[in-house]
Amino acid sequence: MKAGNKKLLTLVAAVGATTLVAGCEYTENLPFEWPFFHESHELGAPGLGMQWVINPKHWRELEARNVVPQPHPPASPDGPRASEIYQNVPVLGHLSIGEFNRLMVAMTDWVSPQEGCTYCHQPDDMAAEAPYTKLVSRAMLEMTIHANESWQAHVGETGVTCYTCHRGNPIPEWVWSKPVPNTIPSMMTPLGQNMPSWHTTYSALPYDPMSLFLEGDQNIRVTGSDALPVGQRRVKTKKAEETFALMFHISRSLGVGCVYCHDARAFERWDFSRPTRVTAWHAIKHVREMNNEYINPLLPLLPDQARGPMGDALKIGCHTCHQEAYKPLLGVSMLADYPELASSGPKADAEEAVEVAVADEAEAEAEE
Amino acid sequence: MPQYFNIFTRVQVRAPVYPGVPLPKGRLPRIGKGGYPSYWLGKIGDAQIGPIYLGFWGLASLMAGFLAFLIVGIGMLASVQWNPILFVKFFPWLALEPPPPGNGLHIPVLWDGGMWLIAGFFFTMSILLWWVRTYVRARDLGLGTHVAWGFAAAIWFFLSLGFFRPLLMGDWSEGVPMGWFPHLDWLTGISLSYGNFYYNPFHMLGIAFMYGSALLWAMHGGTILAVSRFGGDREIDQIVDRGTAAERAALFWRWTMGWNASMESIHRWGFWFATLMMICGGFAINLTGPFVDNWHRWAVKHNIAPVYPGYGVTDPAAPEGSGDWAVYPYLPVGDPGVYVPALRDGGVQ
Repeated sequence: MKAGNKKLLTLVAAVGATTLVAGCEYTENLPFEWPFFHESHELGAPGLGMQWVINPKHWRELEARNVVPQPHPPASPDGPRASEIYQNVPVLGHLSIGEFNRLMVAMTDWVSPQEGCTYCHQPDDMAAEAPYTKLVSRAMLEMTIHANESWQAHVGETGVTCYTCHRGNPIPEWVWSKPVPNTIPSMMTPLGQNMPSWHTTYSALPYDPMSLFLEGDQNIRVTGSDALPVGQRRVKTKKAEETFALMFHISRSLGVGCVYCHDARAFERWDFSRPTRVTAWHAIKHVREMNNEYINPLLPLLPDQARGPMGDALKIGCHTCHQEAYKPLLGVSMLADYPELASSGPKADAEEAVEVAVADEAEAEAEE
Repeated sequence: MPQYFNIFTRVQVRAPVYPGVPLPKGRLPRIGKGGYPSYWLGKIGDAQIGPIYLGFWGLASLMAGFLAFLIVGIGMLASVQWNPILFVKFFPWLALEPPPPGNGLHIPVLWDGGMWLIAGFFFTMSILLWWVRTYVRARDLGLGTHVAWGFAAAIWFFLSLGFFRPLLMGDWSEGVPMGWFPHLDWLTGISLSYGNFYYNPFHMLGIAFMYGSALLWAMHGGTILAVSRFGGDREIDQIVDRGTAAERAALFWRWTMGWNASMESIHRWGFWFATLMMICGGFAINLTGPFVDNWHRWAVKHNIAPVYPGYGVTDPAAPEGSGDWAVYPYLPVGDPGVYVPALRDGGVQ
């Protein structure tokens, strides 16, 4: 072979190999195939390799998907209460009429921008308990306020609003429901695994960890805290796969790797973990509560188009709010602009006062 | 002589087809008479194909292996409702799974782990019969039985994964699923549930021997090719009749790393590295669960794992004041009522 030919061949091979390698750019978590265009952030002590690897291109796409809408002009907290003007406003009656109307407009923009007010209200009787979406939105309002009030360990000061999940859709785009079982009888017992799924990043792990952990309360912890099996052998590899599947769902939903919360050399150890794991611990409990206390009780109301293929409600997972961002809307708080959603207002106090008064009365009666 | 850098052999010996030494009495006949010398096979090995000796053990092994293969395939096909298109589409995800946890060592129902046990039985039979074949073939040729014992090390590892460890754990569910992705998920699952296999000293040794085998192969292959021009390809002769090839190869390694293997010992190095990889692997598996529950904890206890600065995070589920995270509620072993989730009924509540 001539020297010139050899050089040309080498060049072609080098260019080809580079193109092949560059074309493989696929995921955040494989920085080595094109290291120059990735940023990595150290999340743990040096030497642990706890790195958050970000592909700036994907990050820009994420930012474009997570733009917070312009807040509506603020309303005066003064003036008559909504409950004095409107009928049947049990959740938001304590707001001023200005605040109330502003929130109604905001909710329409966030949830049903195409359908308008009539998505949740009867045009001839706005106070009526129909259509079903009105009852659903009331429950969702309660859920949102409850999250901001009682689950700050999860949502922090940032809080959540309707927009966090809905993003302009009457039904949030990122929801889950029970998977469809085999329709043709086969002799194998359905395993609930060994099928590709977004939630488990197309592994063969159990594809519906949400039912087990985010609706059911199966024990997540599988790793022991003693070196030796004290007392009994622990059969748990299959259970570990279920836990692993949930962790995949969380990782996928948040667009982060394991080391965002865990030190991968000892996943189970809290003293090695990052504080984000505590947030996630509360988050799992929070999501489970939302599904069981707010979503599932609505099931009888829901028409077929608001249900999954198995007839169950469309439920909340980590992806519902996070949508592949480590914090929903990349941590921008909309709640600051909508304090109406931050607390259930003085109504709760009033209810408490009534309860106390009733108790006092009963006590007085007993004394008599 | 740049031909030694070529990945293809440059020397092809062409001779009349040779069927081999006469077979001992009572053996089944060889199949074929030995094929036409193949130029392209000669590029990577010997140019002659066959004859092959299957014999009783080989035939029995192939039959058992075919049965195992068939049963795994039927199980996979059944799990996609007998749909061949789905079978092809989802093949990497499909598996024949061991019985669910809590079944102990009882014989499970056929369609929930029973087929895994049957397939495992025939797979094991196939491999053991093939072992007998490697032993008998070696003896019939008057060879030592080194290959058979090397293979036995791999069988020890294979049986540890699918048979010995489930026996020690008292539950078939700890066995390895027979499928592509599922067996990889099992691999992660066992490491996660028993506290990180990287802290398992036998796993460490196994890895060292595995990478070491590859390194030794490359070093040995490179050395022999490099000294072939001096007759180094007659390496077995040079064990006892050390020529300039052996001297130069030895000198090379003494100069580069201070010491060298000999023409004989390098083959023992290779054999034992490869074999010890499997022997250590078997111990790594069998110790996990029955004897050690958390390898990271074990490594901390024995000052193997270092401690890095933490964040002062404590277990939010731990009772107030307990401070640590040592609360790990376990499910009782063999309690199927706790395990079986809605999922196993196909997702119907």
